Amino acid sequence: MNLPKLHGVHVPHRKNTADKKAVRMPAPASVTIPMSMHIGAPADPVVKVGDTVKVGQLIARAGGFVSSPVYASVSGKVKRIEDMLMSSGRFMKAVTIESDGQQAVLEGIAPPQVTDFQSFVNAVRDSGVVGLGGAGFPTAVKLSVKDLNQIEAVIINGAECEPYVTSDTRTMLDDVEWIAEGIALLQKYLKAKRVVIGIEANKPQCVKAMKDMAGSMKGVEVMALPALYPQGGEKVLIYHTTGRVVPEGKLPIDAGAVVINCTTLAAIAKYIKTGMPLVEKVVTVDGSAVREPKNVIAPIGASMQSLFDFCGGFKSEPKKVLYGGPMMGIAVPNTDFPVMKNTNAILALDEKDAVLPEPTACIRCGSCVDACPLRLMPAAIEAAYNKRNVDRLRELHANLCMECGCCAFVCPAKRMLVQTNKLAKGLIAADNAAKKAEADRKAREAAEKAGKEAAVK
Amino acid sequence: MSELTVSVSPHLRGPRTTQKIMLDVLIALCPALVASVVIFGWRSLLLTGVSAAMCVACEYIWEKLMRQPVTVTDLSAVVTGVLLAFNVPYTMPVWELLVGDLVAIICVKMLFGGIGCNFVNPALVGRVVMFFSFTADMTNFPAPAGTVDALTSATPLALIRAGSIGWSELPQLLLGVHGGVLGETCAIALILGGAYLCVRRVIKPIIPLAYLGSCLLFMWIFGSPQPVLAVFSGGLLLGAIFMATDYVTTPTTNLGKLVFGLGCGLLTAMMRCFASSAGAVTFSILLMNLVVPYINDLTAPKPFGGVEAK
Repeated sequence: MNLPKLHGVHVPHRKNTADKKAVRMPAPASVTIPMSMHIGAPADPVVKVGDTVKVGQLIARAGGFVSSPVYASVSGKVKRIEDMLMSSGRFMKAVTIESDGQQAVLEGIAPPQVTDFQSFVNAVRDSGVVGLGGAGFPTAVKLSVKDLNQIEAVIINGAECEPYVTSDTRTMLDDVEWIAEGIALLQKYLKAKRVVIGIEANKPQCVKAMKDMAGSMKGVEVMALPALYPQGGEKVLIYHTTGRVVPEGKLPIDAGAVVINCTTLAAIAKYIKTGMPLVEKVVTVDGSAVREPKNVIAPIGASMQSLFDFCGGFKSEPKKVLYGGPMMGIAVPNTDFPVMKNTNAILALDEKDAVLPEPTACIRCGSCVDACPLRLMPAAIEAAYNKRNVDRLRELHANLCMECGCCAFVCPAKRMLVQTNKLAKGLIAADNAAKKAEADRKAREAAEKAGKEAAVK
Repeated sequence: MSELTVSVSPHLRGPRTTQKIMLDVLIALCPALVASVVIFGWRSLLLTGVSAAMCVACEYIWEKLMRQPVTVTDLSAVVTGVLLAFNVPYTMPVWELLVGDLVAIICVKMLFGGIGCNFVNPALVGRVVMFFSFTADMTNFPAPAGTVDALTSATPLALIRAGSIGWSELPQLLLGVHGGVLGETCAIALILGGAYLCVRRVIKPIIPLAYLGSCLLFMWIFGSPQPVLAVFSGGLLLGAIFMATDYVTTPTTNLGKLVFGLGCGLLTAMMRCFASSAGAVTFSILLMNLVVPYINDLTAPKPFGGVEAK
């Protein structure tokens, strides 16, 4: 394909754990599982304090169409069901299970009956799988395509463009059979004619493993993508693998594409073949403060601290702890936060890496414009936000921003362009809400007036 | 555990800083400075040093007086000072140069809000002010050290207009052994500096190439006797490589840079062919500086997948 490539930035790879096969950590003394580890409505707990649960047992059912069920990741006793502070700053109900150390698996776990598209989607919903690459969007919703003919290509996301993170790398190396199984399911039930596996070229071993697998399959191709962050961004990946552009405010399916992260696909295949829902996750534990960086198979709900402890603790005092990679990861105020379904890495950075650079004046160098994969103008968006000019922000398509961080990464003045863009989106949303409220009020007044006039007559 | 820093992503930043960029520009200016010392003498170094110091002092004192954070460590004032010195003849009285520095930093840069906020190139405005205030001193070009003939003392542009210069003089032009302001004479040194900036990705070659290319083309169209030699004479190279590529006062997009370069080239060719050639480069760039906001607006990139609101 000879389309011009989207821009991006060369970030340091730091894939220190790429060669480290995931090791299972012992069950922690307790796990705290939030009811919202996905985009959409929180799950509703179906257990009570004091209940005994086993691994794989349903503890909360999906709270709506865009939601996902939650399963126990350890065997033991439900100790608490109460609100906990999430990394977003909001409170969310969470179930704390005290582990009995047995890791007893629920009796009667059996593969679900999958016979057609609908039962396949239902099984995906029951698996509790959400976008494991980080987005956390319920996969069943993504697969609920109204017209299967719309799908031109199913893209398996193995780009893993964030520095440090290697959990998808391990999936592509260690879970080849599950990925193959998953692709077979997609071909069977989604009638996927074209399956593309997109991998950044800095992971030749993964490209090779996937090519070896694809060799024995029909309609599966492996594409080595340039090692240019953010290849794993959904819109970027779709464009670089199929040449299709997802229009603003639309979904990938509108461009004929379904994108599934490779680890997500493997988790779906595991559930459909074994009946074991999503209860554990491979998490890359790394960062300059971690003594022995590792890939850890951790039960969902295990505290970050328990993972760091399993990796030999800290070699220097951590000053910043992240969910996910350094480009888009979320900083948390302490290490009590749990591993969630969409946690692919936790990083602990030392003082040097945690320093916040002091922003200086924009010198209009245009680096941010050159770096932005979506061809936005981050510095212009910042200027418009500083003037609270909502119309200009709309004109600049601030809402298109995927917050990949390329602009802030390259900015020589160290301006907080991502933060400003988030605020700009908030400003647009507030303005939209105000406009809607105003329109509603006018409509209501008009209706009342019409009602009164009718009464007079 | 001690307190953890919580901030918005990205948590990883690139190595480039404003200071490093300005340092690269200074490094790129070094060959021309060395050439100037070799061609004219040690006073080049003195003028350059004093000018840079004056610019830094102006910025520092202004920021102290205005109780603003001091930004002199970003080295942008040093760049302005060096460029201003490069725009004066070897015999320029120091105090006159200091006036130019003062105007550049205080009137053009600090009054508009400091680095990133000026709408025209400070060094060029400083030059214009000196040019009109001290015209005699600004146009008195001594012969390079150790040379006596008429060719070396007159500026090549004047000779081109008089038709008394030919291809045989090209090596002399490239080496810069002829009359002119401090930093403009040695074409090789300037091109070397420009190449360094491109390799270090401080600038893209778009503006210099568009500027030089279009200037050559239009001078040829306008019937200049020696358009190629003219490219290597006067302040064109210094302007195209170091002045027309100033981030703050030039467009941000590649297309915008192209338009800007072409515009500069056209204006310079027109002024050189139809008006007094003195200051053609300066005024071309300043005029184009003024239309940068419009160029930026008209050449804004189309967002990927962007849908225009109805």
